[in-house]
Amino acid sequence: MDTTNMLLAAPEFWILTMACVILIADLFIREERRGIIHLMAMISLIFAAIITLRGDYLSDGLRLATAFNGSFIRDPMGDVLKLFSYFILGMVYIYAKFYLRQFRMFRAEFYTLSLFALLGVMLLISANSLVTIYLGLELTSLSTYALVAFDRESKRGSEAAMKYFVLGSMASGMLLYGMSMIYGATGSLDLQQISVAISHQDGGNVMLVFGLVFLVVGIAFKLGLVPFHMWLPDVYEGAPVAVTLFIAAVPKMAGFAMAYRLLYTGLGDLHGDWQQMLSILALLSIVLGNLAAIAQSNIKRMLAYSTISHMGFVLMGLLPGTADGFGASMYYVIVYSLMSAGAFGMVILLSARGVEAEQLDDFKGLNQRNSWYAAIMAMVMFSMAGVPVFVGFFAKWLVIKSALDAGMVWLAISAVVFSVVGAFYYLRVIKLMYFDEPVTGSPIDVPVDFRAAISLNGIMMLGLGIFSSSLISVCMSSFGA
Amino acid sequence: MASNWPILSILIWLPILGGVAVLAVGDQRAALARLLALVVSALVFMFSIFMLTAFESSTAAMQFSELSPWIAALDVNYHLGVDGFSVPLIMLTTFFGVLVVIAGWEVIQERVQQYMAALLIMEGLMVGVFSALDALLFYVFFEATLIPMFLLIGMWGGPRRVYATIKFFLYTFLGSVFLLIGLIYLYIQSGTWSILEWHDFPLSLEVQIWLFLGFLAAFSVKIPMWPVHTWLPDAHVEAPTGGSVILAAIMLKIGGYGFIRLGLPITPDAAAALDWLIIALSLIAVVYIGFVALVQEDMKKLIAYASIAHMGFVTLGLFIAFAIFRNSEGGGGAALGVEGAMVQMISHGFISGALFLCVGVLYDRLHSRMIADYGGVASTMPWFASFTVLFFLANAGLPGTSGFVGEFMVILAAFQANFWYAFLAGLTMILGAAYSLWLVKRVIFGEVTSKAVAKLEDINAREALVLGTLAVAVLMLGLWPDPLVNLMHASVDQLLEHIQQPKFTLAGN
Repeated sequence: MDTTNMLLAAPEFWILTMACVILIADLFIREERRGIIHLMAMISLIFAAIITLRGDYLSDGLRLATAFNGSFIRDPMGDVLKLFSYFILGMVYIYAKFYLRQFRMFRAEFYTLSLFALLGVMLLISANSLVTIYLGLELTSLSTYALVAFDRESKRGSEAAMKYFVLGSMASGMLLYGMSMIYGATGSLDLQQISVAISHQDGGNVMLVFGLVFLVVGIAFKLGLVPFHMWLPDVYEGAPVAVTLFIAAVPKMAGFAMAYRLLYTGLGDLHGDWQQMLSILALLSIVLGNLAAIAQSNIKRMLAYSTISHMGFVLMGLLPGTADGFGASMYYVIVYSLMSAGAFGMVILLSARGVEAEQLDDFKGLNQRNSWYAAIMAMVMFSMAGVPVFVGFFAKWLVIKSALDAGMVWLAISAVVFSVVGAFYYLRVIKLMYFDEPVTGSPIDVPVDFRAAISLNGIMMLGLGIFSSSLISVCMSSFGA
Repeated sequence: MASNWPILSILIWLPILGGVAVLAVGDQRAALARLLALVVSALVFMFSIFMLTAFESSTAAMQFSELSPWIAALDVNYHLGVDGFSVPLIMLTTFFGVLVVIAGWEVIQERVQQYMAALLIMEGLMVGVFSALDALLFYVFFEATLIPMFLLIGMWGGPRRVYATIKFFLYTFLGSVFLLIGLIYLYIQSGTWSILEWHDFPLSLEVQIWLFLGFLAAFSVKIPMWPVHTWLPDAHVEAPTGGSVILAAIMLKIGGYGFIRLGLPITPDAAAALDWLIIALSLIAVVYIGFVALVQEDMKKLIAYASIAHMGFVTLGLFIAFAIFRNSEGGGGAALGVEGAMVQMISHGFISGALFLCVGVLYDRLHSRMIADYGGVASTMPWFASFTVLFFLANAGLPGTSGFVGEFMVILAAFQANFWYAFLAGLTMILGAAYSLWLVKRVIFGEVTSKAVAKLEDINAREALVLGTLAVAVLMLGLWPDPLVNLMHASVDQLLEHIQQPKFTLAGN
């Protein structure tokens, strides 16, 4: 294997190594010192970020480079998404450590599995051939199946994991089936070559379109889009909050990257076909996600349905098939990950010893118990609802612009109307925190690193909104806009 | 030297940062929070007076402009500037900024720092709305004002506060998302977010009508116009006094201002084509809502409905111009309508703010807003009674008070368009007097009806200061409206000249 290949994939190799090292190191570390594992995982992420940032492949002025015979690609979009994956996973670790300790689940396997899942996410982000995409997808999925069942005692957890596994496998099967059709129609696994092959065909190739349908189904399942969303609320609810936090925040970025690579890099010439499919998926997700979320009393389920609607918004950015649109979509998915990390972080924060604060009522009177934490949650909720000047507004603004760019006024109008419907259940959380009396007066006591992380997370909602320019231009320029 | 100051940025960010500082004071030191809030709002008011003195009223051009890139990737700028329309409204905002802090001084005892911070942040955001010249910036400020108001009503409001505040939020949110789509559409067409450039951007009539409907959705809810007014009485009734005052005195004006800044100049042909609709809705608001106000048993609700009726004059004044252009050569009188609308906005700000403060004074003492619970207040609270009677007379449009000037100008303008418009609008003189005076009769005069009323204490120095200031403002504006009218004269002329030029001819159809 030559070194250029190795260098381009250095972050992946580093994470792989560290995941194995942690797995083995745990054998030699006594239980009361398991904090070291946490530290090692954090250091892995920090170094991964450094390695990614030192991407020497840019030195010769190229914006992207491929490795391993074109099955792996490094480009600005991938780097940005990877950096945010590390960052958000770091937050997840800080939140999760507190949770896992509280619930006596502080085991190294959480870190190993999530690092393997991260590796899968990174592969998916950098995938440039159908095989790599499948590889990354399965690595992510299998690790998360195991994570969902992380609490062995929990029946709900096992049930959710089983459901996730069965449905996930089916979706993987569909995706694979679609890939085989694409391969059959174009004779290549490499996305660029697929694209070239398609551009030479006259169009109207039924096998291609069939393949595309199956690919879209696979993507929709992974992102949790209606009507392939059934697993999502159950998994979110059944999994331990620390795992829900992970599932909600990190793999969605890979899902976006997968959609971009498959649909645009590979099947860009079928834009007209997938645009229609995606617009319907987006509309259904936004409508159903927002309506169903209203009926929930469990905050994990509520956030699950809200995720569904957010993913619908992410799709809106893909519709025009332009650099601006993909930038908008990427911005949305990053912002969404930050918001959901904050929201689940708050759920963990309120989880007292041995009891998950998963009911909405657990948020009652939070303002009187601790006004700063209430303010953080309020910022996250306003941001999710898309109220200016929080960052969620700018994300919605950009994807709505994309939908209008694609000429889909009806979609933009339905999306904003249903985001008003959605505002209702976010406001309800704020109502509980600010307008109601607390049920319990017990003080909220969390470690200092948790406090710092959640504060940073909350401030980002406002800071990234007021100073939204930099992140927006990073996302836009990732696609050469 | 001073003319180089970013005075508008100061007016926006000083109260917002001041609000954050007040929040940081914490729960334990309420006195400090109050004091800090007062200092900040007083400073802001001083800065705004400084702006007023430096403002050049002879030109319609934007002044104190600030322009720097905000979101460069999408051509969004941090672009501020004021003209004759915005300056009076900014002055109104900063003026009430001080008053509501004083009005909430003793009344608010729980979570004082959050209350004061919400008021201050709100003030900054509203100045932002009135000075933004970039459409996205305008929208951001426009929407962000919902958050502090939502919290104000929900945290310190009455028994049905949750219902009222969520209704308020969702209603206005729904209206404004259509505005957002319209703005994005304009950006895609024109490649800029600059409101001033949009004024000259040619658009076909069909596009203009859709855009205008988007503007209408947002601003009609905010003003509010019949039939999308139902959130207002609820919000007013449940809001704490300070919240009601801000809502009535300033937030409603955002809707009127939105028409002046965006609706009329960007889509003048659509506005001309649909002026019958707005005029009809305005007249319904004036007449029908006037009757509705008559039957209210809750004082705050009565004032809320009266507000809707009075705001009907604002929309009437703005849109009557198109009818006048059609009916008469030269369009004399159109300026009267627009200026009347502006005067009405400022005057209504003073009067409705004062009325809500009056009700607040009574509510603080008896914890009731029901008219039936009062009677003969004049005999126990003579000072309070004199102020209240003055404000209600102003509300009824008594000559010599500010309430008269705006309505009179609009009615005069309406005569130029159509006798019946003026006739219907003129009914307000009867209706306004009816609901105002009848309330005064039942609450202020008559026999002392209950022991509780007999024990009432008259207003203290703090309350007298607040009401007295407003009384002076109402009388000043009523007796000598010239300074206010002169302030906006150039801008009004420019607006009218602009909206007479059809835009769609340039767009090619």
